[in-house]
Amino acid sequence: MRHEPKRPLRVGVGGPVGSGKTALVAALCRSLAEQFNIAVVTNDIYTTEDADFLKKQGVLESERISAVQTGCCPHTAIRDDISENLEAVEELEIRFAPLDLVLLESGGDNLTATFSQGLVDRQIFVLDVSGGDKVPRKGGPSVTLADLLVINKIDLAPLVGADLEVMRRDSIAQRGERPMAFCALNRPGGASEIVEWLIGQVSTWAGPSPAPL
Amino acid sequence: MDGPPVNAMLLADGRFPAGGHAHSGGMESAVAAGRVTDIDSLARFLRGRLSTAGLSAAALAAAASVEDADWRALDTEADARTPSAAVRWASRRQGKQLIRTAKHLWPGRLDVLAGQIPQGPHHPVAMGAAVAAAGLGAADAARCTAFNAVAGPAGAAVRLLGIDPVQVHGLLAELAEAIEQVVEPAAACAAGEIDILPCPGSVLLDLFGEQHAISEVKLFAS
Repeated sequence: MRHEPKRPLRVGVGGPVGSGKTALVAALCRSLAEQFNIAVVTNDIYTTEDADFLKKQGVLESERISAVQTGCCPHTAIRDDISENLEAVEELEIRFAPLDLVLLESGGDNLTATFSQGLVDRQIFVLDVSGGDKVPRKGGPSVTLADLLVINKIDLAPLVGADLEVMRRDSIAQRGERPMAFCALNRPGGASEIVEWLIGQVSTWAGPSPAPL
Repeated sequence: MDGPPVNAMLLADGRFPAGGHAHSGGMESAVAAGRVTDIDSLARFLRGRLSTAGLSAAALAAAASVEDADWRALDTEADARTPSAAVRWASRRQGKQLIRTAKHLWPGRLDVLAGQIPQGPHHPVAMGAAVAAAGLGAADAARCTAFNAVAGPAGAAVRLLGIDPVQVHGLLAELAEAIEQVVEPAAACAAGEIDILPCPGSVLLDLFGEQHAISEVKLFAS
């Protein structure tokens, strides 16, 4: 029996507009680019701003960052019709083989947007405290299904009247034991907890489960 | 042709996961240029698109659906009918994605097409081959393609302009007869000489395709 070479771990990063998805992707690339072979696909709603931002940050060679247009519907492109994104991911996987990790950043979207299992192996959902501390209680597939829930901009909590304990309690009620990380991505080392989680995921990744016979 | 007719509905459905939702068929550029602003200008755009690019694509799809179709030759014919490089790219991109999904639904000969044209066949060629794989015939291939030629851009107009979707679907229903008027000649020439398939052109659609490719702000892939 021939063993297929293991394909890289594909990780989706979703969340509302402005919550810190691009900042997180930049931080992850910065921390992990030396130990892992990485590529990124962005799904900005307009233009290629996120891809351009990442390229300017110089966190990865610009050829490793690919931008996909989503026809006004960022959630469609990560959930209902993943063709464009799959195409972009596979192109990068062939061009920069063997990759360890592909990060796929969705366009800013609503709380129901979740990545298809046909597109990613793990997903991170990024919220921020300024969106309101009631968001975790509202739940929705992305809050409940994400493998890691990130709550960003905790430094702003006192300024916007957000109660982090309420957010923690509601997240646990929605997600049980599944991990979450409170952080301020604009601070040095702000992403360290997430970096650690992701290293664990990449290190233990054994490839997709074989298709049922 | 003994496939269930519902297979054609699957292929023509805008929710069929083959990347179509991200393409506007020139609509985004037409809106940006102020050519489509309301339901009346949308109707003119769709009628023009149907009778030019729509007919050309429907005939190619019909020809690609017949037994022993020469897909490579048809693909070259599609190139020759598509002056804009950006539109050719969009067509191949969607053709590749259509094959990716369709071969999962109806395994078999579509792998041959994917092997013959690895960069992705033109969308009408892919559609014709997919319709054949689904057990249906030339008229179905032409109808799916002609319907897609207007339904895709119409959906894009709903998203870009916020036009009432009820009105837009009323417009699509009004176009039903015009769609059949494309289907009939397209299906009729399916088994004939491929180099004399219809080739009506639309310079404006090609220009829209090129303008879209170089525009900085875009929501759609084409």
